[in-house]
Amino acid sequence: MKTIARVFVTLKSGVLDPQGQAVANALHRLGFPEVKGARIGKYIELELDGEAADADARLAKMCEDLLANTVIEEYRIERDGKPSK
Amino acid sequence: MNAAVIRFPGSNCDDDALHVLGRVVGVPAKFAWHKDASLGDATLVVIPGGFSYGDYLRAGAMAAHSPIMAAVKAFAERGGPVLAICNGFQIACEAGLLPGVLTRNASLRFVCRDVHLVVEGRPTPFTSGIPAGRILRMPVAHAEGRYVHPDLPSLEASGQIIFRYVDASGSHSDLGANPNGSSANIAGICNAAGNVVGLMPHPERAAEPILSPVGLADGRSLFESARAHLDGVQRRVG
Repeated sequence: MKTIARVFVTLKSGVLDPQGQAVANALHRLGFPEVKGARIGKYIELELDGEAADADARLAKMCEDLLANTVIEEYRIERDGKPSK
Repeated sequence: MNAAVIRFPGSNCDDDALHVLGRVVGVPAKFAWHKDASLGDATLVVIPGGFSYGDYLRAGAMAAHSPIMAAVKAFAERGGPVLAICNGFQIACEAGLLPGVLTRNASLRFVCRDVHLVVEGRPTPFTSGIPAGRILRMPVAHAEGRYVHPDLPSLEASGQIIFRYVDASGSHSDLGANPNGSSANIAGICNAAGNVVGLMPHPERAAEPILSPVGLADGRSLFESARAHLDGVQRRVG
């Protein structure tokens, strides 16, 4: 059975995000002054084969080993629309 | 005495590094391919610049997990000297050989120009022959060079900040001297043991006067210092 895991990688708070600042500035110029900030991250969709008992732990290890750089980024995992434990 | 220059898909200045080692400072060098499992008999490793694996995901993230990097990590753990230049610096950080991470330039622009660096910090194989406080001129060419470290005071206290961006007179205060917004004007660092050095500027592109717009060869001093280290002698260079 195939399942989908969704990984959201975002910058930790306090880490400078010049891309986000540029996007917020552009939105201001487009007439959206209510935008007080923008932070840019990554969305990664993983197609998994089977439903392993240790799927949560393996997904977390994928994030720690490659998908996120935990010096500056944090990650959140959802499986089939539900937050992973 | 042999050097290995690591070559990834997307490396650049790998030939330049090989040339400087072999022809300019006289350290016989050969390439190690990213799929190799061994560094052979290398006693010095250079991880060159470029855009390894297209810099997919994050700069250096994919290359950090390539087969040759396991051999580079084992080499570094044995105290072997490793010089990581530009994308090589990014790879070394992603591989855990060096602390911290290199992030997108504050300007969001690719920056390609000559900069000035001051040499400081603890001795390393690549700087121990260079008098502290020496100002070197060499080019940078990168989009992700803004160094971030979670605990800069500890990095500073342990002498691991090896190169900082300065202006031509050596001042840190000129904002224009820092090409990427790097924390504490950091251009290069070393690991706690001092044998792994990473920097964003390209010494291999500034190792012969003919390659410099002002006729300097400041980058050569890093390779000459490494040569003296391999020879087991103290020799002042630069």
